Order: sequence, then structure tokens, then C-alpha cells
Amino acid sequence: MAERSNSEEVKLLGMWASPFSRRIEIALTLKGVSYEFLEQDITNKSSLLLQLNPVNKMIPVLVHNGKPISESLVILEYIDETWRDNPILPQDPYERTMARFWSKFVDEQIYVTAMKVVGKTGKERDAVVEATRDLLMFLEKELVGKDFLGGKSLGFVDIVATLVAFWLMRTEEIVGVKVVPVEKFPEIHRWVKNLLGNDVIKKCIPPEDEHLKYIRARMEKLNIKSA
Amino acid sequence: MASSDVKLIGAWASPFVMRPRIALNLKSVPYEFLQETFGSKSELLLKSNPVHKKIPVLLHADKPVCESNIIVEYIDDTWSSSGPSLLPSDPYDRAMARFWAAYIDEKWFVVLRSFLKAGGEEEKKSVIAQLEEGNAFLEKAFIDCSKGKPFFNGDNIGYLDIALGCFLAWLRVTELAASHKILDEAKTPSLSKWAENFCNDPAVKPVMPETAKLAEFAKKIFPRPEA
Repeated sequence: MAERSNSEEVKLLGMWASPFSRRIEIALTLKGVSYEFLEQDITNKSSLLLQLNPVNKMIPVLVHNGKPISESLVILEYIDETWRDNPILPQDPYERTMARFWSKFVDEQIYVTAMKVVGKTGKERDAVVEATRDLLMFLEKELVGKDFLGGKSLGFVDIVATLVAFWLMRTEEIVGVKVVPVEKFPEIHRWVKNLLGNDVIKKCIPPEDEHLKYIRARMEKLNIKSA
Repeated sequence: MASSDVKLIGAWASPFVMRPRIALNLKSVPYEFLQETFGSKSELLLKSNPVHKKIPVLLHADKPVCESNIIVEYIDDTWSSSGPSLLPSDPYDRAMARFWAAYIDEKWFVVLRSFLKAGGEEEKKSVIAQLEEGNAFLEKAFIDCSKGKPFFNGDNIGYLDIALGCFLAWLRVTELAASHKILDEAKTPSLSKWAENFCNDPAVKPVMPETAKLAEFAKKIFPRPEA
């Protein structure tokens, strides 16, 4: 394990229930990097957050030796390039490109589409669920013959796609719509089990009970009807 | 490598397509340009990019690479020994380049595109104000990234120069439509000088559309709303 961590200062401005924040914690933990976690209140943004991310004003923000980096996918690449143990991106240029492609797909397509369910009911909600399922089918196909999206072991896309495994799929319980039924998505369900077999993942995802409570409260606030 | 080994599916007017074209030029990689007809999508495009069905798509020995900024990184990784590096070597500088590229696509360009669709004068004024605010951010980013050199990437055009520079022709079309200088030497002197240098670069000139031709095309695809 790299000896550098003693003299380096790593801070993470994040939020315990945010998938974008948790993915950074997963990456840092996989690489054995010690960091100070600064929990942020996103409803009442701190002056520190606004100073470190004046452009987007969002978490997560990684601060390494006083220098801030924002945007979770950018932070993940930075972490991989700075702490070289346990690489999370593949070495091969084409595989690396595919990892970036699928990560972008999770954040810009799956996440954005799934979020459209907010405030929708009936036919409109069904349409969003259908659209989300169509997108998830691409991940389903990617997982055929693989233990993880990264192949034999956990990689960049798996870390990003924890958003699907532990946020989107946890929301199902509360919203009462099985967006990812096991009959339609056996590979995704198998992949979630594989993720849960990994100690770092288990350690770094939000504890289920607290998380479900939080999601329920947030949904109520955002006015999403539960079953 | 034979030029038939590298193909790019694209269209002359697309700023996103310009990105890999500039990158391939910078690396002196010959390629076959497969121009899509506006309004329809070829079988090859649909087969090569089933997820997004969008251009550009790079085909390297028939393996498709999608998403313009991802393609640029792929080109940099694959032809790493040819021509200068498109990204800086320092991880923090690379993170800054990626951060600003994401900002440009997710915020700045979204605003630029909205101008041509904007209805009344009030809406147009608001868009221009947002663009100018964005330009102020980019002016500072340029000063920070370039460290006194002519381009974001230093002495040579790189990933971030390409990410922003590809929009300069569309920016000029928007300025014509707005009868207003959006990129103003008085407000953003460094960025303005950069724009001039970028457009004059031999890797850029052959693929940058002429403003007049693009303005004509814009009239076709963005019919003016009724006053």
C-alpha cells in the first residue's frame, strides 16, 4: 500500500445519502486512501462548499492538498490517476473508453430518466418506468457472462452504477413499482448480489434502514405517491 | 495504418463531430469521413451506436467509439506516440480539463443552443446574460489552465480547447442572430484571443464550418418563431 497518505491531506465534502458522494468513498476506500469526510447540508449550502465549487455549488467535492475537484466522474478519474493501487479503470484504451461510455450512460440516461418519475402518476409514471427499463436493458445485456460490469472484478462502471443497485432499486420498495423485476433483469439482480459480496461496497453504501427512511421522507417531500 | 481502418460517422455542421476530426488531425491520423444526411440516420450509424443513435461515431478497425469527448480521449490514448498529448500530464490539470469540458456541455452549450430556440426579447436577453456569466467563468478557467500559453492545453491545442472551440462557429451564428457580441474582447480578452488562435490552427481550419453557410443551415433547422 502506498506510503504517501500520511503527508497528504484528503477531504471529501459529501452527503451520506447521495450516490454521487458514496461512489467517491468507495473509490477512496478501495485504494486505501484515508480521508476526512465533511458532511454537507445540501438544503443549506455551507460557505466552504460554495467557495470550493463556485461553478456548480454541488457535492461531492474532493480536496487534495488544498486543491478542490468537482464532478463525481472527474473525481473518480483523478483518484485512479493519483493513487495507482487497485486500478478502477481498465488499461486497454478501448476498454477504458467503454467504461467511460457506460458511466456517462448511467448518470446522463438512466439517472435522468428515472428521476422523471418525480410527481408523476398513472400513465405518465408508467411511461417513465418503461423508458427506465429500456435503458436498464443495456446494462442487463452488458452483464451477460460477467460477474461485474468491470469484468471479473469491480471496476469504474460498477462503482458508478451503484446508483442503480442501491438507489434506484431501493426506491422501488417505497414507490411500490418494481422498476427492475428479477424476471426481466436476472443479470442485474445477480450483479447486485456480487456487489454485496464485496466488503468495500458493503462498508460504503448507506445503511439500508436509514436509507429507506430517508428516501421515503424525500419522496413525500417531492410528492411521489407510494403504493 | 490504412485510412480505411479509421472511419468517422458525422456531419459537417455538428460541433460534436468537429471534436474527433480536430483530434484526428492533430494526431495526423487519416480517416474516412462518412457524412450522414440531415434528417435521416444510416444503418451503419444505428448499428454502431444503438444506445444513442447519434453522431459522431468513430469506427476503429470496425470497433465503434461514441460520445465526442470520450472519442477524443480514445484518440489521445490510442495514438499517444503521435503528435502532442491532448490532455496535460498532471492529474490535477487533467481533472480541471475534464471538469470544464463537462461544464461546457452540461451548462454553457445548453444555454447557447437555447438562444436559437428562444422566443421573445426577454428570453433572449436572459440567455445572453447567462452566456456572458459562463464566459466569465471560462475566461478565468483559461487563465488558470493555460498558465500564460496560447491554449487551455498549453502550447498545443488539446481536449479542452477542442471541447469549447468546436462551438465557435455556432457562437458566431448566434451573435449574428442576436446582433450582439457574446464573446467580447472587452469582457473576456484572453478567451477572445484564444478563440482567434484556435480558429487559425491548421488542425481546425479545414473542419470549422463557414459562418455564412452555418447561418443558412441554422435558419432551416431553427425556424424563427412568430413574433
